[in-house]
Amino acid sequence: MSNWLPKSAAGRRWLGLAPSYFVIGIFMLVPMVIMGVFSFLEPNPYGGVKPVGSLDAYVKLFFEYDLEDNLVFNPGYLNIILRSFQLSFGATLLCLIFGFPVAYFITLQPENRRNLYIYLITIPFWTNLLIRTFAWIIILGRGGVIETPLLWAGIIEDSLRMMYTDGAIAIGLTYSYLPLMVLPIYASLEKLDFRLLEAASDLYANRFEVMTKVVIPLCKPGIIAGCILVFIPCIGAFIAPNLLGGGKKLMLGSLVQFQFASARNWPFGSALSMLLLSAVVVVLIFYARAAKKREAMEGTA
Amino acid sequence: MKRLLTIFAAAAAMLTLGSAKASGELFIYNWTEYTPPELVEKFEKETGIKVSVDTYDSNETLLAKLQAGATGYDLVVPSQNFVPIMIKEGLIQKVAVYDLPNYKNYVESWKKPEWDPEHEYTAPWQWGTTSFAYHNDYSGKGESLKEFFEPSEELRGRLSVFPTPDEVVSLANIYLGIPFCSEDAKQMKKVQDLLVAQKEFVVAYNNETMSDLITSGEALMTNHWNGYARLGRLAGAPINYAYPKEGVVGWFDSLVVPSSAKNVENARKFMNFMMDPVNMAILTENQGYGDAIKGTAQYYSEELKSAPEVNPPSDLNVVFAPTCSPKAQSLIDKVWTKVMQ
Repeated sequence: MSNWLPKSAAGRRWLGLAPSYFVIGIFMLVPMVIMGVFSFLEPNPYGGVKPVGSLDAYVKLFFEYDLEDNLVFNPGYLNIILRSFQLSFGATLLCLIFGFPVAYFITLQPENRRNLYIYLITIPFWTNLLIRTFAWIIILGRGGVIETPLLWAGIIEDSLRMMYTDGAIAIGLTYSYLPLMVLPIYASLEKLDFRLLEAASDLYANRFEVMTKVVIPLCKPGIIAGCILVFIPCIGAFIAPNLLGGGKKLMLGSLVQFQFASARNWPFGSALSMLLLSAVVVVLIFYARAAKKREAMEGTA
Repeated sequence: MKRLLTIFAAAAAMLTLGSAKASGELFIYNWTEYTPPELVEKFEKETGIKVSVDTYDSNETLLAKLQAGATGYDLVVPSQNFVPIMIKEGLIQKVAVYDLPNYKNYVESWKKPEWDPEHEYTAPWQWGTTSFAYHNDYSGKGESLKEFFEPSEELRGRLSVFPTPDEVVSLANIYLGIPFCSEDAKQMKKVQDLLVAQKEFVVAYNNETMSDLITSGEALMTNHWNGYARLGRLAGAPINYAYPKEGVVGWFDSLVVPSSAKNVENARKFMNFMMDPVNMAILTENQGYGDAIKGTAQYYSEELKSAPEVNPPSDLNVVFAPTCSPKAQSLIDKVWTKVMQ
């Protein structure tokens, strides 16, 4: 035993965990601190920051100077934030609607085939997200895979104009993040004791009641985890809004990107990111509290 | 023992060979699809220097990258209005372009540009114009910027515009007769109103797949660059580049050396290589913009010589955008954010 190792067990434990503290520190805390500090500085006119403290970036989130230099309330950025939340909510709901049955279906398969299905679900992840999103242009676009047969069969006469709409963005987001919904739901369904379903049926529950009163409550942690995993990347997404939505309405992600590129206002971009971060943290705290409450309830039951 | 020595000698020889090769490197950071591979291969063959190319999608991205402290690039290709910013911020260095042997080939009328009058920093790449292009099926003739900014009913949901304010606002300035980089809020309000009204007709804000949008018919009219419109037409898009009577936005892209460059001499070799008319002609043939080097025309193909995108009407009003003051820039950003929200 080398004598440079800490004597106490706690010290050794700390040393063992040091690499992970190091990784978290370098890759998570340091960038976040930089972002936080930048958001309280003044922008340099041509990108970068001046080392002068300022709250302007946060004021700009809600107010603007009009032509006479009066400070007036400006809902513009809040609208963009609200729109991002709405779209993320829609995409999460769609993921849940399509993801849950898929996860349930996989659970019902014989054990040796389940892994194959899980494997198939992860296959799209092997391709770059940009390319997968681009493929939807060919599917949804004018003269694309959906329209051409319909036009040929005479069911429609003009283009359906599916591309460059909010619907196209929602489809793109749903497609991109569906696996993130399926996998956690599958993980919780897999542990489900199917004898409980039989028991429910024996007690005169119909199929709908079995689903709503037994299956869904039991896999609720998986559903919540899936929703969070989908919702959070959707808020910051900018590939789908730009490629499939035509970039006509700014989303939070594109707005942040705009601040660092065209607008050259790094502090404002940082402030927006801090706002996004706090929103995500609030969602997570809400989840953690709900989970704790549930545990407490199960403990007393 | 002897054998061991031989192995050592061989290994040492290989190591030195390897390092000799590694010293001849050049890292180019250029716009997407703007560096013809055959040109890179020719340069590598002639000089033995190993070239790597990385790409970006806008001047803003390039500036942000350099501001953020990106290192390792030996050559970057900003447009004229970004060169003064990069000089002011100390992001690029003086490399005495005027001292290079092939500098004698620089076209006289392009010498002494206001962004680098002494040619201390910049060697020419390509220059071109920003305007709009239209589908064969479109009923108009692309004679006026009015067709682009105040479109007719047939363009509702069929118009594509660039997603960054830089060139769009400049083009709107030309149409409205407002000077570039205006610091007058009332004038910029007019630009804003124009762009907000135009948005009703826009199907997408895009600066990558314009010709594809025309080919699929998703758009009947799109913002476009002259050379890129030619490439689309050659690939089969039913596209026509417009020369509106009010004028078009001009830009001039140059090779410059970042302050953090490690292979400055190799970068200068590449600058000199590009000022040779044979090599510049390869670039122009590939890209279809204009060049600023004497004697390139004799190497052009018949197709390029007669391409409408490269041969504008002689009375075309080409306006080059200057570098905007921070105040003017912040007005442009305000306009653009309003249009986008």
